[in-house]
Amino acid sequence: MEHSFQLISHFGKLTSSGQESGILFISIFHKINFLLTPLGAGLCPQGSRQLQEKSLKISSTLYVGNLSFYTTEEQIQELFSKCGDVKRIVMGLDKIKKTPCGFCFVEYYTRADAEHAMRFINGTRLDDRIIRTDWDAGFKEGRQYGRGKTGGQVRDEYRTDYDVGRGGFGKIIQMQKANHQPAIY
Amino acid sequence: MSRRRHSDESDGQPHKRRRTSEPSEIEERLESLICRVGEKSTSSLESNLEGLAGVLEADLPNYKSKILRILCTVARLLPEKLTVYTTLVGLLNARNYNFGGEFVEAMIRQLKECLKVNMYNEAVYLVRFLSDLVNCHVIAAPSMVAMFENFVSVTQEEDVPQVRCDWYMFAFLSSLPWVGKELYEKKDAEMDRLLSQTESYLKRRQKIHVPMLQVWTADKPHPQEEYLDCLWSQIQKLKKDRWQERHILRPYLAFDSILCEALQHNLPPFTPPPHTEDSVYPMPRVIFRMFDYTDDPEGPVMPGSHSVERFVIEENLHCIIKSHWKERKTCAAQLLSYPGNNKIPLNYHIVEVIFAELFQLPSPPHIEVMYTTLLIELCKLQPGSLPQVLAQATEMLYMRLDTMNTTCIDRFINWFSHHLSNFQFRWSWEDWSDCLTQDLEKPKPKFVREVLEKCMRLSYHQRIIDIVPASFSVLSPANPVCIYKYGDESNRSLPGYTVALCLTIAIKNKASNDEIFSILKDVPNPNQDDDDDEGFTFNPLKIEVFVQTLLHLAAKSFSHSFSALAKFHEVFKTLAESDEGKLHVLRVVYEVWKNHPQRDSDDDDDDDDRSSDREDGPLEEQIERLQEKVESAQSEQKNLFLVIFQRFIMLLTEHLVRCETGGIDVFTPWYKSCIERLQQIFLQHHQIIQQYMVTLENLLFTAELDHHILAVFQQFCALQA
Repeated sequence: MEHSFQLISHFGKLTSSGQESGILFISIFHKINFLLTPLGAGLCPQGSRQLQEKSLKISSTLYVGNLSFYTTEEQIQELFSKCGDVKRIVMGLDKIKKTPCGFCFVEYYTRADAEHAMRFINGTRLDDRIIRTDWDAGFKEGRQYGRGKTGGQVRDEYRTDYDVGRGGFGKIIQMQKANHQPAIY
Repeated sequence: MSRRRHSDESDGQPHKRRRTSEPSEIEERLESLICRVGEKSTSSLESNLEGLAGVLEADLPNYKSKILRILCTVARLLPEKLTVYTTLVGLLNARNYNFGGEFVEAMIRQLKECLKVNMYNEAVYLVRFLSDLVNCHVIAAPSMVAMFENFVSVTQEEDVPQVRCDWYMFAFLSSLPWVGKELYEKKDAEMDRLLSQTESYLKRRQKIHVPMLQVWTADKPHPQEEYLDCLWSQIQKLKKDRWQERHILRPYLAFDSILCEALQHNLPPFTPPPHTEDSVYPMPRVIFRMFDYTDDPEGPVMPGSHSVERFVIEENLHCIIKSHWKERKTCAAQLLSYPGNNKIPLNYHIVEVIFAELFQLPSPPHIEVMYTTLLIELCKLQPGSLPQVLAQATEMLYMRLDTMNTTCIDRFINWFSHHLSNFQFRWSWEDWSDCLTQDLEKPKPKFVREVLEKCMRLSYHQRIIDIVPASFSVLSPANPVCIYKYGDESNRSLPGYTVALCLTIAIKNKASNDEIFSILKDVPNPNQDDDDDEGFTFNPLKIEVFVQTLLHLAAKSFSHSFSALAKFHEVFKTLAESDEGKLHVLRVVYEVWKNHPQRDSDDDDDDDDRSSDREDGPLEEQIERLQEKVESAQSEQKNLFLVIFQRFIMLLTEHLVRCETGGIDVFTPWYKSCIERLQQIFLQHHQIIQQYMVTLENLLFTAELDHHILAVFQQFCALQA
């Protein structure tokens, strides 16, 4: 019974998060939301700064950084759901190894929920690490890959400290250490 | 509110500076000066107020309406700084009598507007502001008493909801800590009459709603009082103390010589706007108390529950949270800099007020996660003292779980697990080993079990095993792996095993839906022999093999599971055309993921969304189609609620009958949980359910129902009666 209850209260979350009464079913809610979204935002060209800023102002997608490589999608879902229903999570992957490399995108159904995450999740801990959230213009295929030369995030290339959750030393340091490694046997 | 506006960009966006012309620059500066007065400063509050009064007086000729508007707004939105702004208005009135009159008029207009649009909480602040203006010699005391007489006479109105009378009573009583002394000195006979009318109203009003709103069902150690009853006790005590009130900061006292020279204005006669169908009054409340003076024996004494000080402190702290909840660092700083913090145990008050909001029924004023983050900020700012108070509070809440409302327990679990995840899950679990000897369904072990479960969801299984003592293993969550029935060679003899193997290989090789169907074709149907007149054929074994195999392959993560469901949508549709088929799919999903609660609930959501919504065609047609969908959704929703209530009634009635015939006590842990879940449904969805009241009353919650269940319905009705 507890279990069914959780399903029912999940169903009820839309109204208790302050949405207009009367529109409950998720599919209908999305459709109306879609009709109200300015279409122009999705069409902004890459280089235009003004349009970029505009799309950030209406975005409901967040970039999440400083994750541990071992943090799972389920953990991210559990934490970010505290601010509203999560539409999708895209894990950031090492371009070569295709394994998580410490960042992700979290997309909410509404801007308001994403704002709550910026207010109340940003700067708190997940997997014992302080995570950072930032507005993102929206996920596009390809953006889930790290852009560092060695496949992960650029920040992990040059990192000098030892961070267990992010593969140890930064990649450049690791390579240097490997080159200087004296023969043991 | 320029300061607030700029710092509100906690979403990270820099506020673009427009090129402004001089007047609007001056207006922004005025706004900023007014908003910031009263905050930490190198000069004294008095000299800041005096300086500001001078500046505003000089600007009156050119910026009068802007200044009026700003002052009216801060009166409404910054109630925690009430006396700072009433003093300012007092000083302005002393220098410019006409301005004082115009301000009072503007406030009355704003009050009427608020009442018209159901902004009752803000309206209380406006009434309080007006009453404090009596202390600043802006408003004449007799005219304020006259206004309160009109408020109290609302209780004589007939055929109006009780919550309407309650509001006017609350607006009157809650102003008395500020102005009771002055009003009583000038008009004691009238005040006595008002107070005795208050007493008789409070005696005759009904309080059926109270059990539904109490966080604990027990009266010990602190009774959970109805809010008007508590306030009345506080005002009675204040009167007995000859209206001496020493907690409120009153800057106007320093300006007494100036202010008493000022001419006062009379409030125009105020007729409370009549009750209309659209009026929505605030719901009644129960006062949450968890601490008293015995909880902090070393520090300053905590004001008693019926002292007016307690009321004022709690009001102000709630106002601070209301003003700053979106900016947790500011909010924490403002709470901790509440004046008088060496005379009261401020940390205890803050923690109590925060939990009061978190556990408020029907729902907290703000999103739950805000309170978690606010408490973390407070711990950061006061690392030497606040965490201990919080730990003490947690311990107390744990001790009283047996009588805590189920919804509140849920929130306690969510808060505590999220809080721990920010502090490396450090907790003295051994202190709670008393719960290990109890029946696992009792509130305390259940609470620990659910906290550990939620902690695991925020981290991972091994982490939780590591942080609890070995003795707690009976309460530790199961390892959330999927249960694949065809995975083990030892299950070779299960029917469908070989098909499952073929299916696994086929899916891994990206087989098409047709190929999948041909593999599944040969799975025997255990239902084949059943008499099947209605043609509801479904093959449960086919469903089992397909769903189990698919979910097992896609077990890696949510995204994998979802894309699997999407990819094989057609297959699902065919296998599960009938309702029974659908149910069986759900059953299998449950079996696979029963150890992984997150997966279980999410996998079920997906299917309803699939119906293709055509987005072409002219806009009006689209809108019409959507409207039809909304209407049909609304009627489905009503049916859903009716079915849910019916099921609850059935379950509870069964239990009650069984108990009565067996002569055993009705109040088992299961019963408490179930009946509180029913309450929770009413409270959580009260706005929608209000629409169904007639149907509910005639169809489901009729007089024949067992009185235990009917009581829940009656309490709910009482909330807006």
